[in-house]
Amino acid sequence: MGVAPMFTLIESGRESRVEARVEGGHVQLTAEALRDALGWELHDGTLCNDAMCVPLPAGSRLGEHGVFDLADVAAVLDRPLAIDGDEGAAFLGVSAAERAQALGSLFAPDFTLPDLTGRAHTLSSYRGKKVFLVAWASW
Amino acid sequence: MWQALYEELRDRAFVVIAVALDKSADDARPWIEKAAPTYPVLIDTQHVLADLYNVVNVPTALWIDERGRIVRPNDVVFGTDTFKHITNLESARPLAALRAWVRGETAGYAPPDARALQTLPTALDQQARAEFGLAEWLARHGRHAAAERHFVRAGELAPHDFTIRRGSMPIRGLDPMGPPFRTMLQEWVGGGRPYYRPLPDTRG
Repeated sequence: MGVAPMFTLIESGRESRVEARVEGGHVQLTAEALRDALGWELHDGTLCNDAMCVPLPAGSRLGEHGVFDLADVAAVLDRPLAIDGDEGAAFLGVSAAERAQALGSLFAPDFTLPDLTGRAHTLSSYRGKKVFLVAWASW
Repeated sequence: MWQALYEELRDRAFVVIAVALDKSADDARPWIEKAAPTYPVLIDTQHVLADLYNVVNVPTALWIDERGRIVRPNDVVFGTDTFKHITNLESARPLAALRAWVRGETAGYAPPDARALQTLPTALDQQARAEFGLAEWLARHGRHAAAERHFVRAGELAPHDFTIRRGSMPIRGLDPMGPPFRTMLQEWVGGGRPYYRPLPDTRG
């Protein structure tokens, strides 16, 4: 138990370092840390970021006494969360529902990745061509 | 691997985009330099593509049309028959279908058929990807013992996801072609589960 001033939150390839209280596998954030690291703020029982708002379920204690349990935040957002309290790091993923909706739309999810020289390539910049997209690996 | 195909079809508004799910550019580099491709080969150390497209093994290939629509979802396509004795998959059929589509002789799948052929991620798949993402970050920061716990957990959550189970082996100092992989594969296929899951018309 204690304050880990350099707790690392990882989301969509971004990292933020925030103050957090780590206790028994739980990671507790302040409202400020939640906003700064992940962009979410609680207003009148609704968790909002720039793009959307998600109402808290009935009886939720999220934000009570200014404490935001990271696992509860992930649950409200229906997003997967992996925590390593000892190492002071957590990874917030994307929900199956969001991924399934995007794939089911058949609009190819966009991405930007580097080639060997470090030059970035974005899938959507190849619009107007037929694309054979193939995942491979050296293993 | 795809260079000849790309050269054959590149004048028909066609591109190959290959994405390496490797732990580093240096892991992929020898393969890329040997193939000397003129199409983009991208490096995806954090499995961005696997997360976005629910890729669970390699090779995995999709067709995306000129408007950015998926017209053929995740399939298993090899560029050659090098591994045919292992995979029992011929490269000729899916490559002929690809050529016909690029030449405009056939269409891809209509939306309802494409959707019916998709495998969408479950909550467990996404939890596994979060564990993998944390593990990859921990390993990159030298915290190997902690990383190992989360790699193992990720593999337990999604035992069918070989981008996690095999793809993590080089990061974990395990040989992805050696005994750790062969043991995992035997246990998997011994239970009657397929290592590759091609679309029905590729399987033939």
